[in-house]
Amino acid sequence: MSAIPFPGVRASEHSVIRMLGSQEALLALAIIGVAILVGLDNARFLATRNLSDILLGNAYVAVAAIGMSMIIISGNIDISVGSLIGVMATISGSLAVAGAPIVVAWGLPLIVGVLVMALQGAIVAYLRIPSIVVTLGMLSILKGGLISVTGGKWITDLPESFHLADIELFGILPMPVLLMTVATALAAIWMRYSARGRSIYATGGNPEAARLCGISPQRTVVMVFAIHGFFAGVAALLFATQLKVIQSTVPPNLELTVITAAVVGGVSILGGVGTVVGSTLAAVLIAEIASALVFINVSPYWIHAVQGAMILATVVADILRRRRRLAGALTR
Amino acid sequence: MTILAQSEASKVPLWLKRHETLLAAILVVALAILGLLNERFLTLDNLLNQGRFLTEVGLIALPMTFVIITGGIDLSVGSIVGLCAIMLGYSWKAFGFPLPLAIAFAVGVGALAGFVNGLLITRVRVPPLIMTIATLALYRGLAEGVSQAHSVRNYPEWFFSMGQGQWLGVPTQLLLLLVGVVVAGVALDRTTFGRALYVIGNNETAARFSGLPVDAIKLVVYTLSGLMAGLSAWVLVSRVTTTRSDMGIGYELDVIAAVVLGGTSIFGGSGTIWGTVVGLVMIQLLKNGLALTGVKGDATIIVIGAVLIASTLIASSLQARREGG
Repeated sequence: MSAIPFPGVRASEHSVIRMLGSQEALLALAIIGVAILVGLDNARFLATRNLSDILLGNAYVAVAAIGMSMIIISGNIDISVGSLIGVMATISGSLAVAGAPIVVAWGLPLIVGVLVMALQGAIVAYLRIPSIVVTLGMLSILKGGLISVTGGKWITDLPESFHLADIELFGILPMPVLLMTVATALAAIWMRYSARGRSIYATGGNPEAARLCGISPQRTVVMVFAIHGFFAGVAALLFATQLKVIQSTVPPNLELTVITAAVVGGVSILGGVGTVVGSTLAAVLIAEIASALVFINVSPYWIHAVQGAMILATVVADILRRRRRLAGALTR
Repeated sequence: MTILAQSEASKVPLWLKRHETLLAAILVVALAILGLLNERFLTLDNLLNQGRFLTEVGLIALPMTFVIITGGIDLSVGSIVGLCAIMLGYSWKAFGFPLPLAIAFAVGVGALAGFVNGLLITRVRVPPLIMTIATLALYRGLAEGVSQAHSVRNYPEWFFSMGQGQWLGVPTQLLLLLVGVVVAGVALDRTTFGRALYVIGNNETAARFSGLPVDAIKLVVYTLSGLMAGLSAWVLVSRVTTTRSDMGIGYELDVIAAVVLGGTSIFGGSGTIWGTVVGLVMIQLLKNGLALTGVKGDATIIVIGAVLIASTLIASSLQARREGG
């Protein structure tokens, strides 16, 4: 995945035409397009309640996809994030039920997330084990650990004050949407304008060149995993607090949805390219499609097939686009 | 090459220092300990029965060894098992195929699924990891979409002979696996095809410049992976007597763990079928031994995950030392 001979960071994004052709613009158009098409077929899809349910119920996927985008941009992958979110949601819920202060119930998962991910990042960076092996192993450790400790029981009787996702700022702005927007904006600005943020792209684009520029690829990878862990913790909080109960198991296929959002959002699987604005838009689009299936009378059981097809289409388009650009650069 | 140089210097024979031999020794010790802890463990009945459970993962681990030796990976195998199981059940029940044809159809779908993986990996140059993550979702999604989460039951009695029957006292599917092991072992060790896999894994560019049909070989390897996942689906459906779309979930973990534990380098270029077999047996007996000593089924995947990470760590640190010295 690493050592791409040509740098992939987009050259200039100033021209209007290029902006319209960007992945983010395409995704925004797709979100509106799907809404109009499905709305024509079934107007109830456009009801405010349904649209807000789509956003509220899936904001946690978008938040987790921010960290996943950084991981993929740095040239790695993480398939343990779904299990980790399950574990953290359970820890958070159990603490709240046990009567721990709400700050502890909200704060501990974030710390656990950062620690577990930083550990994985350190194994990947310093012991040079491919991230797929480390995170596949961690996936099964977390999943097996969670089920054997809790037996998959439902956590009920959550205290009222625990429900972070129910808080509405100024009476209208729901917390999940606020967190999703703020996290995306902050991460996007940080990745674009700070030296540390740029170092993620440099490491993913060409680790050797990054090293020669004075960036430590190892430290960058550990940092990226730790940040990813933090966002996974926030995602776990939103996930845990959106319903009145928490099932203490791993949300099935969550890692796939998160990876789909990151990849479809325009994060190049070859490392070095992409934005978190794209991944958040993609998370919204995926949630919208999943909801739309129900409204156009297609069984929701097709959603994973749609997700797989979306990853494939994006990846193939990305590779062909790169190839054309490379060919163009050579003939010039 | 450094291995050769070392063997001349030291007096310990080379075969004793191989990863597989070490692993086999650990296996014997583990067997002895588990046997002492539980008298039901070291019985012929139990061991043969474990062979039954091991086959489904084992059949896939053989081509996975090839895939990983070429420096690739296939994460979609579990989903292919699910897709093939559904194809078997639905082509029989819904399309009215005769059952033998339905079995052939399911295995064919598996081969096609693997072929699609290989095609995009070789023609479009999608990295194997991403390609098979995408099809992990896609194939599972197709299985769920086609079946609408309904199961298929009521197979005729003869159909269960593969998964539950035995021949000369040995579980039928274990014999199938043994044939697979011999064929795969000979193909890897004694044919130009097998040697080409190592060349590709060690240096793909060099392999291309040497005139090896790298893309064709990779295509064959990924197709084989799908085909064997199809076979595995047949064995699995026949053993558990029902077809569900969630079959084979998580198989990729067991398969990759067995292959990597068996000494195949995750970076490609080295590995043996013999090692994979030892890895397979070790994981299955570990699971069984833990289960018999009272550890619940879910907890055993913790051990497999830990074994996967630990064995990769040990293998890569051994490799680093060899290269350093």
